[in-house]
Amino acid sequence: MKRRDFFKTAALAGIATLFSPKSLANVVTENELTVASSPDLVAVMGGEPEVMLIRALKELGGIQKFVKKGQKVVIKPNIGWDRTPQMAANTNPQLVGALVKQCLAAGAKQVLVFDHTCDNWQKCYEASGIEAAVKAAGGKIIPGNDESMYREADLPHGVNLKKIKVHEAILDCDVWFNVPVLKHHGGPKMSISMKNMMGIVWDRGYWHRNDLHQCIADCATFHKKPVLNIVDAYRAMKSNGPQGKSESDAVMMKSLLVSHDFVAVDTAAIKMFNQIRETNLADVRYVALAEQLKVGTQHLEKLNVKRIKL
Amino acid sequence: MKTLKHIRRLLAILFFLPILLFFIDFTGLLPLFLHKLLQMQWIPALMSVQVGVVGFLLVLSLLFGRLYCSVICPLGVFQDIAAWKSRWFKKKGRRYRFDYRKPNNILRYSLLALTVIVFLLGSSAVVVWLDPYSIFGRIITQLLRPLFIWANNGFSALFIKKGIYVIYGVSQNAFVVIPFIITSVFFVIVAVMSWFRGRLYCNTVCPVGTFLGLLSKLSLFKIEIEKSSCTQCSACEKRCKSQCIDSMAMTVDETRCVSCFNCLSVCKKGGVKYAFRYGKKQEAAPVSEINSSRRTFMLTSGAVVAALATAKAETLTGKKDEILSRKPIMPPGAGHLEHFNTKCTGCQLCVSKCPMHVLKPAALEYGISGIMQPRLAFSTHVYCNQDCTICSEVCPTGALTKLTVEEKRVTQMGIARFRKHKCVVYTDEKDCGACSEHCPTQAVHMIPYKNGLTIPQVTPDLCIGCGGCESICPVRPYQAIYVEGNSVQVKAKKPKDAQKFEKKIDNFGF
Ligand code: SF4
Ligand code: SF4
Ligand code: SF4
Repeated sequence: MKRRDFFKTAALAGIATLFSPKSLANVVTENELTVASSPDLVAVMGGEPEVMLIRALKELGGIQKFVKKGQKVVIKPNIGWDRTPQMAANTNPQLVGALVKQCLAAGAKQVLVFDHTCDNWQKCYEASGIEAAVKAAGGKIIPGNDESMYREADLPHGVNLKKIKVHEAILDCDVWFNVPVLKHHGGPKMSISMKNMMGIVWDRGYWHRNDLHQCIADCATFHKKPVLNIVDAYRAMKSNGPQGKSESDAVMMKSLLVSHDFVAVDTAAIKMFNQIRETNLADVRYVALAEQLKVGTQHLEKLNVKRIKL
Repeated sequence: MKTLKHIRRLLAILFFLPILLFFIDFTGLLPLFLHKLLQMQWIPALMSVQVGVVGFLLVLSLLFGRLYCSVICPLGVFQDIAAWKSRWFKKKGRRYRFDYRKPNNILRYSLLALTVIVFLLGSSAVVVWLDPYSIFGRIITQLLRPLFIWANNGFSALFIKKGIYVIYGVSQNAFVVIPFIITSVFFVIVAVMSWFRGRLYCNTVCPVGTFLGLLSKLSLFKIEIEKSSCTQCSACEKRCKSQCIDSMAMTVDETRCVSCFNCLSVCKKGGVKYAFRYGKKQEAAPVSEINSSRRTFMLTSGAVVAALATAKAETLTGKKDEILSRKPIMPPGAGHLEHFNTKCTGCQLCVSKCPMHVLKPAALEYGISGIMQPRLAFSTHVYCNQDCTICSEVCPTGALTKLTVEEKRVTQMGIARFRKHKCVVYTDEKDCGACSEHCPTQAVHMIPYKNGLTIPQVTPDLCIGCGGCESICPVRPYQAIYVEGNSVQVKAKKPKDAQKFEKKIDNFGF
């Protein structure tokens, strides 16, 4: 498919999704791509969140490759802060809404969205625009700030963390998507896909006391991996992360990175972020630590990386 | 004459129910404007110097007597409910069995005098304990509301297990031992007194009731027994929950009558009247009675002043600071510690309305006279939201001044103190930064430390004392960063915006 054709499809898909999730599925299947081997990492730049998502999924073989009919799906965005979308403290609501629609169009029985927030959860869900977007798309947003909703899980490969309490939505679903936003972070330097995993866990205070970087890497060994990490870099937070002070902390990047590989996607994201704020990959220690635990690879050159500019 | 009683009842319900629900509501569902009903209470209106409301209440009392006690005061209505319920447990023939009792003048006038004088000396120590509206607020917030929250949490856990997400768990923030015990004691006293003796509490302990009693000696309308039609059957006396009708002498003690109109409807002869005081032949008795109660009041006031002088008033008012090692954090809008401690009656309205559940009634943090006044108490995920102004909006006594969101964002309630020697970055040489992560103003920010690590640093000017940092610091039980309260809330500096990034990114960078 030529670039121009794709534009048409994407635009069409965008309009179509407004009316019916079903029609979107048709658009996608009718234009099925034949790729030799699907890429390990897809980077898209220059479009609206929905458009970039659809394009990236297409490169990876369509949403049907990940979500089967009748499945229970969970989406875990970053909804940690009582902040508006313009500040990039939380995942872009349009992106989350579009993903919900995609999953439902692929026949998902139910799509749940949650985060274990840092600020008051009701305020976060509302201010981030994610609650509204999820509801409009036909998904269900559920709380993550109640200990009774968490169950213990083992991390046999963890170094500092041997056990974590994980939200039951993750434990009980068929597939889940990790949908972080790209942010500077005052503590572990960067918040991307592995850092976003903190939101599926209950006791996080322990992490801060016991080498945060190691704990983040340990958590990435959790056996039930997300089928995809979808990194929202439509707006990135360049300073005062993770919650930001004002809109000037946000930078328009109009990008999206997608991969099943935690380490690869975080590596790529840090390199991308390096263009707006100098960041040394080695300082974000959890990336290397996770690689040591065989979670993934930092060597993007060994991977099949697809870069798309719209 | 039943209509008057019905109107009184209806009005009482119209005041009581919304107030009750407003206090119980832990979900923030009820509209905030309901707090206007609380500004109609005597003590809050006086405290916040609401000239209009005070004027209205004065006129009301000068017209109809102690209607405030029957209709507006929630503690009064609560007592009526208790007295009414008690009838269910009595034998049929004994249900309406009040009888005339003499007032306890020494006690009631002493308590009124004590309240007024101590308040004029600049301490609300006594008002805090005796304001009827605040007592009611505490009973609901500390004894009743927790039961609702407890039930809610039980159901929400059950529902969530079943995958139904309609109600959610809520924290029990109001529970603090000392205030809980005090409230329980008051609850028992008020409940028992009203169960057996109707409005005994109002007419013996409550300073507002006593004050209004003095006023109602002048009220335009009052309950009277028409001597010509009275057969001394004592039907009215038995119904009088204030125990102020002496049917043998055919007199009504108007200082204790709360204008409930129960007596009006029971007299078969139509001998009990709610009538115009002036105009008709003036009876001689009241004048001397006014004088006698005024004399008792004066005398007891004198005694109280003398007693206080020897007890050294400063122990009640000053020296609040020294008692504490860590200064308590006042809610936003409190201004000066002294102003706050004087005006706040500890009604717990802000405690029950705080959506972050960060307000708690104080034990001894503010000193003896500040027991039950709210303070900020941080715990994991529990801190003061930068954009929230709810407590300052609902406070009926003016102890908290209403803030706009802009003002709130720079109201410094306290300052974060960083103790490096306890910080994870220092002790373990590992990244943490949880405090800075949670700081909305970046007053605590991470600066380079060593080996690529960063360590917190506090810029006091920027700090608003919201407790975001303290609430999350993983060092427990004594956090490496904690907030010390300000005795005077000042304006914090507005945090500077970061420099905008203007360049366009069109490379992937990898
Ligand atoms: S301003 Fe702070 S203390 Fe007051 S109600 Fe809001 S969160 Fe609670
Ligand atoms: S330093 Fe702490 S108390 Fe001060 S504004 Fe920041 S989070 Fe709030
Ligand atoms: S949260 Fe506590 S331990 Fe962590 S960096 Fe801040 S002060 Fe140190």
